[in-house]
Amino acid sequence: MSQLTATLPQGMAAEAAVPLKTQLRRAERMKKLKYGALIAPLVVFLLFTFVWPITALLKRSVDNPEIVAAFPATSGLLRAWDGRSLPSDAVFASFADEMGKTRGTPVFASAAKRLNMELPGFRTLMMKTARAMPPADGQTAREAFVAADERWGDIATWQYLGRNASPTTARYLLASVDRKYDDFGKVVRADDDEAIYVDVLKRTFGMSAVVTIFCLLLGFPLAYLMATQPARIANVLMIFVLLPFWTSILVRVAAWLVLLQSEGLVNQALRAVGLIEKPLQLVFNSTGVYIAMVHILLPFMILPMYSVMKGISPAYVRAAVSLGCPPFQSFWKVYFPQALPGVGAGGLLVFILCMGYYITPALLGSPKEQMASYFVAFYTNQTINWGMAAALSAILFAATLVLYMVYSRLVGRQELAAKAR
Amino acid sequence: MTTIASRIDGAPHVTFRKVQKTYDGENLIVRDLNLDIRRGEFLTLLGPSGSGKTTCLMMLAGFETPTSGEIRLGDRVINTVPPHKRNIGMVFQNYALFPHMTVSENLRFPLAIRKLPAADIDRKVARALDMVQLGSFGDRYPQQMSGGQQQRVALARALVFDPELVLMDEPLGALDKQLREHMQIELKHIHEKLGITIVFVTHDQSEALTMSDRIAVFNQGIIQQLDDPTALYEKPANNFVANFIGENNALPGYVESVHGETCQVKLDNGARVQASLGNPVKRGDRTMLSVRPECVQLNVQSLGCANRLGGYVREVIYLGDHLRVRVELAGRKEIIVKAPAAQHKHRFDMGDAIHVGINPEQLRALDPAIGAPGAAA
Repeated sequence: MSQLTATLPQGMAAEAAVPLKTQLRRAERMKKLKYGALIAPLVVFLLFTFVWPITALLKRSVDNPEIVAAFPATSGLLRAWDGRSLPSDAVFASFADEMGKTRGTPVFASAAKRLNMELPGFRTLMMKTARAMPPADGQTAREAFVAADERWGDIATWQYLGRNASPTTARYLLASVDRKYDDFGKVVRADDDEAIYVDVLKRTFGMSAVVTIFCLLLGFPLAYLMATQPARIANVLMIFVLLPFWTSILVRVAAWLVLLQSEGLVNQALRAVGLIEKPLQLVFNSTGVYIAMVHILLPFMILPMYSVMKGISPAYVRAAVSLGCPPFQSFWKVYFPQALPGVGAGGLLVFILCMGYYITPALLGSPKEQMASYFVAFYTNQTINWGMAAALSAILFAATLVLYMVYSRLVGRQELAAKAR
Repeated sequence: MTTIASRIDGAPHVTFRKVQKTYDGENLIVRDLNLDIRRGEFLTLLGPSGSGKTTCLMMLAGFETPTSGEIRLGDRVINTVPPHKRNIGMVFQNYALFPHMTVSENLRFPLAIRKLPAADIDRKVARALDMVQLGSFGDRYPQQMSGGQQQRVALARALVFDPELVLMDEPLGALDKQLREHMQIELKHIHEKLGITIVFVTHDQSEALTMSDRIAVFNQGIIQQLDDPTALYEKPANNFVANFIGENNALPGYVESVHGETCQVKLDNGARVQASLGNPVKRGDRTMLSVRPECVQLNVQSLGCANRLGGYVREVIYLGDHLRVRVELAGRKEIIVKAPAAQHKHRFDMGDAIHVGINPEQLRALDPAIGAPGAAA
């Protein structure tokens, strides 16, 4: 007994020597490691399937590797060039040397193709010049170039080359907002026949906004009904809300096609009733796209709203009414602000999903309804222009991030205030 | 009692006349309710859950409509007046403070609806916050306050627009015992200061006894007794009230004779006792005698009592200020006795024979049919 009492204070003194914070960290470390190990597979999965592909793709929107890969030394020299007069002999010499070396290789071919995108005809120019390289004896590199094609004596030709001498370029990003570099490297409006992307982006945002508003108008009353009904009825409603998820989106779009076409069920029914004389044009225009998209996205609006509304006690509206506020005003001033995080989350979800929509407009819309994703798909599948595809994606991605930040600013502040203890 | 009586004038403030309420068309939640609430009184609706007390309150607030009958506020029938036009303040069970508004915004809400001038609003909000001692808390959000503070804000919000009447639906239920008792006293003082009519719903009898001028005891949709706390405890009108408020010993027997306010009852175990009349009973009726545990005298203290019975001590529990004694009377009937500890320390033990004395005025003969479950149908 005496031994025990004697040792105890010593042990405590030793304990006290270690700061409390260190003790806490030590005690929590195992727990943290355990939790970390549990989510590690998910983190690895997400890194490989999400973070890495997105980063890689976004990098492509500013990537410009072809010229630098084919002509590293010339590129280096051209980066230092002022672009006002023809490049120095050193540049000509280096270009002649590198052209001779890479002639006929795939690296050369892709560089030529890349330059052809800047200026149609450049590919032929490159091929033709390459055949004349290296320069004949007694001929300077400059003379050899101009002899091969007089365009090499023109400063503009070199400017095209110079603009692509850097491993990164803002060209694709500028093009996706209808801007381009002029001959002197300044940002100007793109030519009218190329300037289509601002309209596409506007249309993407506009259509997303319309779909979101319709989803909100249709979904809010249902979410409210579900949140206020007894569980038995709410569960039945919930099944109906989730029912569309049981079918693939492609099948649903195809079903709308069948329903809405001019000889489809809707038109037949309307004609049978006598409401219309000739069939309404319901597909291959914006009507069809809106109908199908609202239908597909409605659950994404309803579910977040429902989950928020379910947490709002009906006592609040009662309290407002008891304080003398008429029922609708009570709803608007007391219930709605509390439901706002749900409305915001649902709206944001629908809007973001909308911006990326591809299948539905592609199948149910006309060319006038195609959104940004269509062009992303077009550039990846048809022209293999990764730069443009990535740039358009990057703009959608940036818009999503901005929206999310606005949302978390607006709603997060309220939430924080509400949750603060 | 006199101060309260003088403050309450003649005409009833709220009147329920033959009010009935059913939700499913089969079971009446409230049956034939007749109730006059006096101006300025603190009236408590007390009863077990499902007894109809909250439904009554909700009908008065306007959130439920009576199936039949009429409710008057002053001389106005308010059956069809929507709740927001009744000018009745209400404190809810979980306060229902608007979480997206600060405390002062919560308090401004009813005033802004009434389109009061801004200066008046500021003055009234400040005064209401001071009244509940939360003067410096105006900028907080409700979630940043303790339960007791939220409770006060809810009270201030219900009072800030000078309502005609304040209803409270178990407002103290969520607080811990100590805080609840503190709030009861505070509420009572606020009521005394403002002289406003308060209708309070609770299932907690001690809460009802602490605060109320009058208590209406509900069971199965019927008011069993409407009386002041003293009368309710000392003179319960029927079995239900006797059992629901405080502790009660019930002794069944037959009425042998009735003499004015007293009667002679032959208990089922054969003993004869004198009892006062609680309900009108006549000779030959079955009766249930009711006596509070603290009104039963033991041994020496029982000497002066008119009714003396013999029994055995079955259990003694020491509770500091009193002893709780379980006594088996002849005929295997057990009663609970609360005996002051100072008088009885170590005088008896388990198994001892003991004398039990009860004075006739504290032994009330009640009609077992009145207030018994199912009797009201």
